[in-house]
Order: sequence, then structure tokens, then C-alpha cells
Amino acid sequence: MDKIKFATVWFGGCSGCHMSFLDLDEWLIELAQKVDVVYSPFVDIKHYPDEVDLCLIEGAVANEEHLEQLYDIRKKTKILVSFGDCALNGNVTALRNLHGEPDKTLELSYKSLATLNNIPNFDYKKIARLIKKVKPLHEIVKIDYFLPGCPPDAKRIKYFLEKLINKENPVLEGELLKNG
Amino acid sequence: MSVKTFSIDGQIISAKEGQTILEAARDAGIFIPTLCHFTGLTNVGACRLCVVEIGNSPKLQPACTTKVIEGMEVKVNTERLKEYRKLILELLFAERNHQCSVCVANGNCELQNLAIKLGIDHVRFEFRYQNYPVDISHELFGIDHNRCILCTRCVRVCDEIEGAHTWDVAFRGANAIVITDMNQPWGESESCTSCGKCVLVCPTGALFKRGVSVAELQKDKSHLEFLIQAKVKKQWIR
Repeated sequence: MDKIKFATVWFGGCSGCHMSFLDLDEWLIELAQKVDVVYSPFVDIKHYPDEVDLCLIEGAVANEEHLEQLYDIRKKTKILVSFGDCALNGNVTALRNLHGEPDKTLELSYKSLATLNNIPNFDYKKIARLIKKVKPLHEIVKIDYFLPGCPPDAKRIKYFLEKLINKENPVLEGELLKNG
Repeated sequence: MSVKTFSIDGQIISAKEGQTILEAARDAGIFIPTLCHFTGLTNVGACRLCVVEIGNSPKLQPACTTKVIEGMEVKVNTERLKEYRKLILELLFAERNHQCSVCVANGNCELQNLAIKLGIDHVRFEFRYQNYPVDISHELFGIDHNRCILCTRCVRVCDEIEGAHTWDVAFRGANAIVITDMNQPWGESESCTSCGKCVLVCPTGALFKRGVSVAELQKDKSHLEFLIQAKVKKQWIR
């Protein structure tokens, strides 16, 4: 059997889901027999390749770069998975939505609730602008599967990947379906 | 007392006269999801999770407020009901902030448990992201309206069991919130006896004991069930 082309992506999240992925420990060696990691924060590849079979996306869509990348990834990927609570419902990343516009969030985090007293001059040629409202992935593109948890524990990730690699339908139930 | 015989999903059930469909179903060990119902408190049919199909009527009825009638044919688990119940829960999740990862009740929440039980893996509605107030003016307890699902259990337990009627509901629709006394800070309420029954009866992390952090809130309902049994049935047994 040919190895499947596997990618993981990190958007607006704390990377906890990726840390949890590393908790798969020795099973990662088994996984490496079945997949080629073609794009991931774990590997040094700059561009998302064409024809990816399976991609896990951690984090919510929080800035213009995420937004652009998400459309691109959807076009180039067969099976797209919302990986963790931020990706599937915004979670902590989306808490800034409660305060309205992004400028308000910057003011809260750099001025009123911080020891700094000014908002840094961000160079928007180098860093992406925040979008108005943080959104879960499925509000923007079609998502094929949802893997909840903050973070999803390694057991859940393993179950999910085993099913998808074997071209079966992962169905989460009970404890495996718990958010948070 | 006469006995009413009816059916749930084809199974013949005997109910006592005056029993609701929900009570008869629970006695027979049949699961119907609920959030606003709490045994011993008046049923108000607020959450609509317990809706059931009766006979060929296209209209759904809440099992918690519908009394059993001789010969009625009730369905509690059809695909249509399952879909509606999921929609109701998803609407609750979309209305306010119910992010489990930063909630005191994470792991001890009836809303979270029900979402797991009904198989909800994501919310199909757009989240509203409205900022509701948090009141921690009371020295022992706090209320986070972002976590409130307006089940009104706190209103009913305070009125019917404690007899204080500190809690009530103000405003309408998605702006509705539970209030203390004349919509003043909880800490300034004159009628509140600080008994804590509202905190115990709350299904989510909306009402909490001050000082608990994420996933630390334990709500031991057995003491509350004892008090309700004593008050309603005059039975002082644990």
C-alpha cells in the first residue's frame, strides 16, 4: 500500500493539540510506516503541497493569513479534520470576539490589562492582520471530520488516525466526544 | 388510584394517574433527555429537550408537562426527535459562551454530558459571541450569565424549596437573564439566605462557589434531593 500524504497545520491555537499529537509516543514510529508527513510545524517545509490525502488543522481562523491558507488547503486536501476545540468552536482563541473589534482586543492586552502602556507598531507587511471575528473552520470551508478536546488526548488522535488511514469512518462516542 | 396504560416506542407501560410521560418513562427505565427538569420542582417545559411524538399528531409535546392518557402511543426516540434535540443543544451552545475548556463545571456539567450523549461533535450555527455580565458580589457564590441556559431551576428551587424567591427572570429572548431581587447585585440582595441551593441545582457552570477554578466545581445533588424529598413528600430519609 502506498503511503498517504499527511499534513498538520497550526492556526490560532496554543499548539497544545500538536503537543498532544507528540504524546502518541512510540505509535508515531508505526504511523511513519503508513504516512508521509508532507507539511507540518514539525517539519521544515514552506509551502502546502498539492494532493494531500489527510490534514489535521489545529486552531481557529484568527488572521488574514489563516483565512487565505485555509481556502488553499481545502482545495489541495481530500480529508480535512478540525483538530481540537479551537478549530471546531473557536474556544479560547475566539474569546476575543466578546470584546468586539480586534483593536479593542489589542488595547485590552497591551494597554488596559497589561503593564505596557502602548500598542506596539505592528509591521503588517511582515505579520498578518487580525480578522474582525475569530471563526471556527467549518464556518469558512467544508470540514470532513471533527476531533474535539482541549487538547484531544493521544488516545483520541490515535483512534481517529487509525480509522482514517484504513479508509473507515471514525465515530466518536462517550468520553472521546468530550469538549474541554 | 387508577392505572393508565399506554405505550412508549411500542413497549406497554403502566403509569399512575396524574403522572407525566417523563415520570412514567423514568419509572420504566426509558431515557428521555432533560435539562430544565429537576425531580421535586415544578415542571415548566422550558428547554424542550424532552419533546416526544404522540400518536399521529405532527405537534411535539414536552414529556415533562404532558400527563399520561389511557391508550396514548408515545414515541421518544425517532430520527426526527433526535435531530431536533441536537438542534436545541447546538442553539444553546451558539447563544452564549459555553467553552468547556475554561469553565468551572468542565467534567461536571449536565449540558456537556448531554452533548456527549446525543453525539454532538460541532455546532452548525454561527456563535453569537455576546458578552453577558458576571456577578461576584455575593461573598460565597457567583453567577456567570455567559454559562446560563435559562432553565430556571434556580428560580424554582429558591421559590419552592427555600421559600425565598430571590431569583427571577428579567428581559426577553436572548437578552433574558436570571436576576436577584429587583435586578440588583446578588451581594446586595435582602431576600437571599445564602443557602446555596441554586448553585447545587444549576446544570452548568453558571452558578458556582467562589474560589473554584476550571473543572473544579463539584455539584453534589444528594443533599438537595434529600431536602426536596423532605419538603415535597414529607419523607425525612437519606
